[in-house]
Amino acid sequence: MSDDQVALSDLELGAVAVIDKICLTPAAQGLLMSFGFLPGADVRLLRRAPHGDPSVYSIGGSEVALRRETARHILISRISPSQERERP
Amino acid sequence: MKSAPTIAAINGSETSSASVPPGMRTVALIGPPNSGKSTLFNRLTRLRQKVGNYPGITVEQRTGLLAGGGKQIKLIDLPGVHGLTPYSEDERVAVEVLTGRMDGIRPDAVLLILDATKLTRQLTLAAPIIALGLPTLVLLNMADLFAKRGGALDVLKLAQELGTPVAFVSAAHGTGLDAVERFLRQDHDRNSVAWLPILQDLPQCQRWATQIGSRVDYRSPLPPAWTRRLDDVLLHRVWGLLIFALLVTGVFQAVFALGQPMSAAFQDTLTALGEHLTRSVPAGLLRSLLLDGLWKGVGSVLIFLPQILLLFFFIAVLEDSGYLARAALIADRTMRSAGLNGKAFIPLLSAYACAVPAIMATRTIENKRDRLATILIAPLMTCSARLPIYTLLIAAFIPDRPIIGVLLSSRACAMLLLYIVGFLAAVATAKILKSSILRSAAEPFVLELPEYRWPTWQAVGLRLVDRGRVFLFQAGTVILAVSLVLCALTHLPLQHGHLPQLDQSAVARVGHFIEPSLRPLGFNWKIGIGLLTSVVAREVIVGALGTIYGVDPTTQSMTLQNALRHDLAPAGAMALLVFFAFAMQCTSTLAVVRRETNSWKWPLVQFTYMTGLAYAAAFMVNQVLSRLLK
Repeated sequence: MSDDQVALSDLELGAVAVIDKICLTPAAQGLLMSFGFLPGADVRLLRRAPHGDPSVYSIGGSEVALRRETARHILISRISPSQERERP
Repeated sequence: MKSAPTIAAINGSETSSASVPPGMRTVALIGPPNSGKSTLFNRLTRLRQKVGNYPGITVEQRTGLLAGGGKQIKLIDLPGVHGLTPYSEDERVAVEVLTGRMDGIRPDAVLLILDATKLTRQLTLAAPIIALGLPTLVLLNMADLFAKRGGALDVLKLAQELGTPVAFVSAAHGTGLDAVERFLRQDHDRNSVAWLPILQDLPQCQRWATQIGSRVDYRSPLPPAWTRRLDDVLLHRVWGLLIFALLVTGVFQAVFALGQPMSAAFQDTLTALGEHLTRSVPAGLLRSLLLDGLWKGVGSVLIFLPQILLLFFFIAVLEDSGYLARAALIADRTMRSAGLNGKAFIPLLSAYACAVPAIMATRTIENKRDRLATILIAPLMTCSARLPIYTLLIAAFIPDRPIIGVLLSSRACAMLLLYIVGFLAAVATAKILKSSILRSAAEPFVLELPEYRWPTWQAVGLRLVDRGRVFLFQAGTVILAVSLVLCALTHLPLQHGHLPQLDQSAVARVGHFIEPSLRPLGFNWKIGIGLLTSVVAREVIVGALGTIYGVDPTTQSMTLQNALRHDLAPAGAMALLVFFAFAMQCTSTLAVVRRETNSWKWPLVQFTYMTGLAYAAAFMVNQVLSRLLK
């Protein structure tokens, strides 16, 4: 895992990352967690909506859309392509 | 389905027991949103229940009796939940029922339905549900998709890990359901599941679920290739928007281009039928009452059945296929500019059908103020009850000309404009509310995009039958009653023992009394009476006008369209359309707002605001157009 910590909203199209921390209110955190946005979970940016926002992420086998204003508060660690290949 | 339906029994948990009382048993059906609960519920009960490929369709618990089987078993369909910590009103309902805190309902057993294709995530719900200690059957739904896309898991091991029976099912195709029957026929101990870790927070549940997943050799299925490929087009920055626009206009064009001839044919049939039925009645007062008053009143509303069913058909197909979630994604920017929660899109969209279920669907919105704002604007969305008066006036006053070839005619365009006007009014109202009395912190917008599925004829058909039945019931009761009363009042009071002229009747007196306040809008007294009756429900005005113009000797021989053209100036007709776009004429909606907000304050505010808005807008339209069209 690389040490550069960035927000989920900075992820490039198609890239995979691991969620580190969600910096939102407990209620908002709970809501996000129920959709699979948990620390340690893998997340991939699948596509952006036609207007560029929200973005669609692949997480835990489903596709979930988040606005940039929310994704900004989810901190991630990028996974380099070589590390990605090693993951199951 | 490729994988055979399996049921894994667990040692000890299926021993017969006398602790379960005979007779009526209650079974709760629970699962995460969009896991297929309602489809399964329909399968098991054959009760008509709305199913959509969209999270948040079931907002109230529904009950039905299990079809077939000797024992009478009551099945409760609960709203989708992610966990047992409620974040929204609908989750709270589910939790209260399950924990026995809801009055009069206490489930004896639980059917937990999980989407097999997303098992590691959905399994997080299993821990708190099984920990409730009720006999539980875990159903792994979408077994067909799971197998087709290369997913695999050891069901026996999973049953062992969970301590409950587990079965693969496909609710959509009805396979594997014998497992449910077998489970329900057995008696179960309410024995404790003390071995299960009590997991309070989600990260812990998730870790537990991941562990279970690896222990049962869960192999997650490949991502849905077709859904991804379709979304490459349907969510494309150019094509996606184009297709969205085409679909919306296409639906309106189809409702007109296909619906109009169907309605016309239906009208001819109804007219012929009416004459045939009253042939045995001697010409005279009674016949005129029956044919011109009642039959014309009820019939003038009935003929819109084909168009309403067409609209519902398109909504059902878009919803069941999974496209609506994409539409919500595309529309999110507009929602946000109004300061609305993205989740408001779901209820607002269903408000195109009817505001009543839409207002109930606002229970999925976690934030109280956001929810209230959505409730208050929902009736401004163009519901299907406006369709009869819109179609009638548009067909009567707007000539049919192509605007974009066969794609869009002037009439469909006028209809589309009315829908847009209603939508803009809703958005503007929301903006005002959200920046003043209902200001609140932003709630995150989280939207799951379901896989695309083929809508089944059965699901779409059931919804059309349901809708048709509601419409016919309304026509057979409310509209019939209003027509009857109006018809009587047009023939009263008797003058020197003779029937009065229409202008001297009780109806006309009331009409003339309110006419001065409506004249600035371009409405005459007959429209005024129609407006009064439509306070009950919007479509009633068409029935009322059908009766009044049917009784009036000068317009008796005309169709309602021609009668209106004869009696109403074009500017007044346009003002009437705009009036209907904004006015709050629906007692059912007012009642549901009162119930959901728990006070008379909000329905009163809503009624006053919308009627005021309608009056002002109709006034402006009439004043401007009557000068322009001179």
